[in-house]
Amino acid sequence: MALHGGNVKQKRRERIDRGIKVRSDDIFALTSYREFLYVSVPPVAPVILLLALPLILPLYWQKVLITTAVFAILALSWDFLVTVGMVSLGQALFFGIGAYLAGYFDLRFAMPIWTTLPLAALVGGLLSALLLLPVLRLRGVYFSMVTLVLPLMFERTIEATGWLGGTEGLTGLKSFPNIWIESYLIIIALLLVFFGFRRLVTTDYGLVLKAIKNNDRAVMSGGINIYWMKAQAVFITGAIGAFCGAFMTHVYMFVGMPVFALDYSILPLASAVVGGMGSFAGSLLGAFILVPLSEALRGIGGLRTVIYALSLVIFIVAIPEGIFHYVQRKYQQFERWAAVEN
Amino acid sequence: MLEVTIIYGFINSIILALIALGFSLTFGISGVSNFSYGAMYIMAGYAVWIMINLLGLPFALAAILSVILTALFGLALYRFVLLRVRGMVISEVIATFGVGLAILELFRYLGFTGFEYTLPVFTDGSVMIGDTYIDHQRLWIVGVGISLAIGLYLFTRYTKTGLAFRGIAQDEKTALSLGINSDRVAGLSVAFGSGLAAIAAILILPRGTISVNEGYDVLINAMAVCIIGGLGSTVGVIVASFMIGYAQMITDAFSGPHWKMIVSLVAILIILLVKPSGLFGKQKELEERI
Repeated sequence: MALHGGNVKQKRRERIDRGIKVRSDDIFALTSYREFLYVSVPPVAPVILLLALPLILPLYWQKVLITTAVFAILALSWDFLVTVGMVSLGQALFFGIGAYLAGYFDLRFAMPIWTTLPLAALVGGLLSALLLLPVLRLRGVYFSMVTLVLPLMFERTIEATGWLGGTEGLTGLKSFPNIWIESYLIIIALLLVFFGFRRLVTTDYGLVLKAIKNNDRAVMSGGINIYWMKAQAVFITGAIGAFCGAFMTHVYMFVGMPVFALDYSILPLASAVVGGMGSFAGSLLGAFILVPLSEALRGIGGLRTVIYALSLVIFIVAIPEGIFHYVQRKYQQFERWAAVEN
Repeated sequence: MLEVTIIYGFINSIILALIALGFSLTFGISGVSNFSYGAMYIMAGYAVWIMINLLGLPFALAAILSVILTALFGLALYRFVLLRVRGMVISEVIATFGVGLAILELFRYLGFTGFEYTLPVFTDGSVMIGDTYIDHQRLWIVGVGISLAIGLYLFTRYTKTGLAFRGIAQDEKTALSLGINSDRVAGLSVAFGSGLAAIAAILILPRGTISVNEGYDVLINAMAVCIIGGLGSTVGVIVASFMIGYAQMITDAFSGPHWKMIVSLVAILIILLVKPSGLFGKQKELEERI
């Protein structure tokens, strides 16, 4: 009836780019302050906000901001791996390796913080890439499986053998001089990682990485060694994750088995999925929604993980685009009902 | 000493095979890697415990009901979650992982930890083989494990559903063109895998207390066995189980229990280096290797 009856006027929803987007995006002829603000507010406002937040927040929430920034960086690095077509279920692997390396360097060689941080990132990235090298030759679920298994096994191994302090962990590590250096170090790192990744995926190098996800055989037939490219991507992610781990080690002045806990794998993943995969901005947004929320929900304890896990399932099945892409669409396009022409 | 290692290594291998069988079956047939497998194992265990201790059902009835319920849960998981993201590996992995995590952490939150959470053994007592004592439950595990493997072999070769399973495992589109409803069969395969997880749980859990962390261990062991044997290959699962099972027992006997965990870790890394698709991963080798 609805399909063939001539009387019923059928409508469909139509999405059209806003005029201001077209003028500022394609033609790039900015003619008013309004257009200038339309283009510049989305990238600039978060930067100003991030830089100003440590100044206005009370001490407790400043600590939360630091944790949020760490999870945001982990979520960004997770998103980067997905861009290359690898789903990691264990960002805790990279995080934990970096955390233990920093602790080990600090205790064993009494290195200053400004040496342990870059060294842990570098060695952590190399170690992660070496560990995951065998699995890069396979596509499909193998990468997820191995990244899920490795951190849990490391945790059990450290518990059983008592290496690296065993269940006690390594204590008495150096801390940052004050909380300002802590906050601004991690915020600047976050901004660097965020804009770095945004830039990286638009370069030729990033194009090849994205192509590996879409059609790896085509990239191979283009004469590019995809194992080498994938190994580089894992190194980048591993180094960034290890930096986060090393940073948190010095914030807590302690490193122990919890660094391999599932929290460090599931929260970045949930942030990226809830915020929206593939754009980096989504991961950032997701982390800044989920981590403070989890602080506010501290009272319900273990139920938080259940909520993350369920939101993960709901978003991936029902709203796979995530929050960011929805907001972006509203910002750039308007919708209207248009008559269907028969 | 040697005798103990041989006998308990054999039992350990059968346990690993039982754990991995369901995971491997689901993946081999529908290509869905069920990351909520460990959660289903634990859920079945708690379901039996609840039915016995809170509802007062007899053990046999509780065990059968729990297997059926877990299988139905697997079917529902396929129908309401996996069906919508089928074929998109990233989404499949994240969705099943999320479901599993939600179940396990919910049990942890509800306080299902402690020594009172144990399942009864099938029959009490023990027998002597040579100089080694073996309790009846371990014999049950061996017996049921072997008959399940044989039963599955016969099922996939001599029944219509079993043949449909193998059909969509080999080529889903061809199977579809021959009138096999691939969505229905894939849903059944997830249900079968979940049911096998429940059977494994009811057999194995009486050896100790039920704990949430065991859910993660089961998933790790199942994946380790499947990666080494080759994803989706039943022969691979059995061979890999015996390899890891005996390797674990031998390391246990000669260098202490600490190193048991490292055995499967090292085995995974070596296999991925030497033969990336696993020992018997022939069927999907061309698709997986790049």
